[in-house]
Amino acid sequence: MNTFSKIVIPVFIVFVIFYGFRKKINIYDAFLEGAKEGLLISFNIFPSIIAMVFAINVFLDSNFVNEFLGVLSPVLDIINIPLEIMPMALLRPISGTASLAIMNDIFINYGPDSYIGRLASVLQGCTDTTIYVLALYFSSIGVKKIRYSLGVGLFADLVGITVAFLITMLFF
Amino acid sequence: MVSYIWLFLILIGIGFSFLTGNLDTINDSILTNGNKALELMLSILPIIVLWTGIMKIAEESGLLKRFAKLVEPLLSKLFPTIPKDNKALGYIASNIAANMMGLGSAATPFGLKAMSELQKINEKKDTASTAMITFLVLNTAGVTIVPTTVLALRIAHGSANPSEIILPGVIATFCSSLGGLLLDYFIRKRRNNK
Repeated sequence: MNTFSKIVIPVFIVFVIFYGFRKKINIYDAFLEGAKEGLLISFNIFPSIIAMVFAINVFLDSNFVNEFLGVLSPVLDIINIPLEIMPMALLRPISGTASLAIMNDIFINYGPDSYIGRLASVLQGCTDTTIYVLALYFSSIGVKKIRYSLGVGLFADLVGITVAFLITMLFF
Repeated sequence: MVSYIWLFLILIGIGFSFLTGNLDTINDSILTNGNKALELMLSILPIIVLWTGIMKIAEESGLLKRFAKLVEPLLSKLFPTIPKDNKALGYIASNIAANMMGLGSAATPFGLKAMSELQKINEKKDTASTAMITFLVLNTAGVTIVPTTVLALRIAHGSANPSEIILPGVIATFCSSLGGLLLDYFIRKRRNNK
């Protein structure tokens, strides 16, 4: 099963480049053009990364999570969920950058190959930022009554996060 | 919304440190934060750039379009209210394709175009149509096969096997989409029966 994870990216890259070559487009120029866009994207998200890393670190370093949510840890221990992952699971649907900042912190403290590091990785990859996407997409076309969309979106997140916990336990 | 969360995190963080007398830690934290942000940025930047480069090849060679064509029949089943040859389906397909390849930011323009096409066939302009909701559920559940930023950070922190999380991630994201779509389907069905 691990081989699937390992071959996905190399095979995909070879396929894309070779396909482009066969279609006789200038693959090198296309790459450079896309890379330039990627650089712009990165610069555009930099301010929000600074903002969120700041807020998340002040929050985590205050020890609030351990002091207050610590009462939950006996319960969480039984189902094998580390306490430190809870802020990330809660923030994932609201801000992708905030959960990214927490994941970064978890990697610094425990390493990416620890159980909690793997859990954070699966969690970050498995859903998108529901509230942000809904706000952006609906406001772009002037829709104000969003009906049951938020409920269904958050339900999908909940399913994703639950499965992420279960699957990480099974896999690793 | 994000403003509130931001305020909450900072107020709680600084307020709680004051209460517990942790002034040294909090000063340290505030002053060294910038470095952490910069390191985070530097570790994800190269992969984002590499990946948008590769995906540009997929776009210009027509590969992305071909993939979109492939999933269109499936999509028209998910979106019974969209007419078969409507442009919205193509945009939705491209949006999903870009999301799958871990290009959230490249997916957004397609998504916005899809929304404006859906708005054209929407009867009540200030209210979300069922097709819009189904699309957003599919979009926010985020079917991601290659989570680029996660991989980049894992590499930067010295993971022995950075890509080992791909398969578990695919399973989780698949369940999330399926769960969302099923709930969406049942809600639509109940409302139609009323």
